[in-house]
Amino acid sequence: MNTMTAQRQAGWTRRMGHGVIVVLASAFLGLFLLLPLAAVFVEAFRQGVQAYVASIGQPEALTAIRLTLLVAVIAVPLNLVFGVAAAWAMTRFAFRGKALLGAFIDLPFSVSPVISGLVYVLLFGAQGWFGPWLSGHGVKIIFAVPGLVLATIFITLPFVARELIPLMQAQGSEEEEAARVLGANGWQMFFRVTLPNIRWALLYGVLLCNARAMGEFGAVSVVSGHIRGLTTTMPLEVEMRYNEYDYVGAFAIASLLAMLALVTLAVKTFLEWRYSDEIAAHAPGGH
Amino acid sequence: MTMELSRLSRRFTDFAALDDVSLSIAPGEFLALLGPSGSGKTTLLRILAGLDYPDSGGVQKDGRDFLAAQARERHVGLVFQHYALFRHLTVRENIAFGLRIRPRRTRPSRAEIGDRVTRLLKRVQLDDHGDRYPSQLSGGQRQRVALARALAVEPDLLLLDEPFGALDAQVRVTLRRWLRELHDELRLTTVFVTHDQEEALELADRIAVMNQGRIEQVGSPEEIYQQPATPFVCEFIGKVNRLTLSENSGSLAAGEWILPDDPWDGRYRQGIAYVRPDQLRVAVPPPQPAWTARLRHVYLAGSVAHLDLHVASLDQALEADVASEDLARLGLQPGAELRVAPRSAVLFPLADDTGQPIARDRSTWRPPDNS
Repeated sequence: MNTMTAQRQAGWTRRMGHGVIVVLASAFLGLFLLLPLAAVFVEAFRQGVQAYVASIGQPEALTAIRLTLLVAVIAVPLNLVFGVAAAWAMTRFAFRGKALLGAFIDLPFSVSPVISGLVYVLLFGAQGWFGPWLSGHGVKIIFAVPGLVLATIFITLPFVARELIPLMQAQGSEEEEAARVLGANGWQMFFRVTLPNIRWALLYGVLLCNARAMGEFGAVSVVSGHIRGLTTTMPLEVEMRYNEYDYVGAFAIASLLAMLALVTLAVKTFLEWRYSDEIAAHAPGGH
Repeated sequence: MTMELSRLSRRFTDFAALDDVSLSIAPGEFLALLGPSGSGKTTLLRILAGLDYPDSGGVQKDGRDFLAAQARERHVGLVFQHYALFRHLTVRENIAFGLRIRPRRTRPSRAEIGDRVTRLLKRVQLDDHGDRYPSQLSGGQRQRVALARALAVEPDLLLLDEPFGALDAQVRVTLRRWLRELHDELRLTTVFVTHDQEEALELADRIAVMNQGRIEQVGSPEEIYQQPATPFVCEFIGKVNRLTLSENSGSLAAGEWILPDDPWDGRYRQGIAYVRPDQLRVAVPPPQPAWTARLRHVYLAGSVAHLDLHVASLDQALEADVASEDLARLGLQPGAELRVAPRSAVLFPLADDTGQPIARDRSTWRPPDNS
């Protein structure tokens, strides 16, 4: 009888312990993630659906959305190509300075985005290294769209490569060699063997890359110059509206970015669930 | 289709994978490249497949430079050790791959490709597995798909890298026999790499034994087994007893076993003798020279019994194989004393200065009256 009571006591204590941990974790998540996320939508709709729609329909808002999409449309494909090429080089070739290339691929993760932006200002700004030459030829990079694109490419450079490298390392090059011996040329080998083997990891990497490209604030803020209607992407537009006490407008744009994040999360979760074995376990680290 | 490999060398950063290798491959033959890991056999195979290139040396196929052709122009079929099947394609798609990627001019029609794949599936006994994916097949089945895929492009030369290495023992033997029959039927020039001597001896028409990037010996399985050309081949192929010969009152001897005629006419003062366990006589009648050995253990392995002997005068363990049925006839019991002597041996002299064996002065020894 005594032992049973003791056992029951122990079981209760253990369940109690589990419960406390779960409640704590949930409370933490709720406080720091869900509540702010909910706040975004609540604030966005505070003055009704009409005000929400109207503030998104403003010309500056539409320009910001268009600009954000434009930057992503340029930066993401370029980083897709770069990521595949870098992953290929890292996993299929032996060459001098390979470790260095690996370190450089990770650099954007370890450098503060503000620095990333400043670097471009130093290079291409009016007082920068190439600034005078560029302005002499009528090319404007800083405080213009090309600067936004460059900064975004820099920031999102690791996502695709980091996703592919561990996977391609694990898969090895035997299938590609088999294809070559069977008569495939380089393109056939890539499109018929390599690409199908990495497609889900590639999609996953592109997704993360895209989310970051659209959401990036720090680096873009430095090179943008905040010229409304010309160089403000969505995150910058949110900040500007907020500083102008246009809370509904700020949160309306923010809600669009939040939805982008939610969609990314949903697709990412689906990919992880469906193709976990084909996506490398290693997830790229952010900051 | 004769292939001449001449003076191939390939260095990797820290070692020589191939060191001046020359070899000719006859049309229709089944050649084994046999050697321990790191002996260069896979490098040689990859060079033939066009996946690697030698630093020096050349390969001629019917008098034409084979190395100048790219992998895809060589008409070579390669089966990888781990099969390297395309994991995203079905068995049928895997087999059809080499045909589908051909340029339109040389590509067979869809129906022809389908027919050929069906025939190959039948040939490798996987008729009803065509729509499966590689991950749904067993190791032996994957191996056969890899073979069918290689055969689909109708290669002139079939290369197999450790074809049975990743299979369990039973499947391995079955598949081995099956492959030999397939070869006898197709007469396709085949080179396979293996570290398993039993596999090479059983399957191949000819064996090239490799060690440290060099070819030690090329020959038929019988030659390799019975007339090993170098100490390495003696020790690598089969089991062998190694005995040290030294000069003893004018003749070379290992303990009581004295060579009556010096094969090298006194040029060397030391040598080594290799004696296979099945070439060691037990119960040698007295007038003939023999060691006195104590029988320590009998390991019965079906039709053969392995005897673990110890010769006190040499302070050395020897292994002898006798037929199990002779065991009782000879009254062999652990602890028994036996007179033991070689029935035949392969001898190498040792250089006086370096102590290294000299392979070119190899000699085969048999007792004078061969009793």
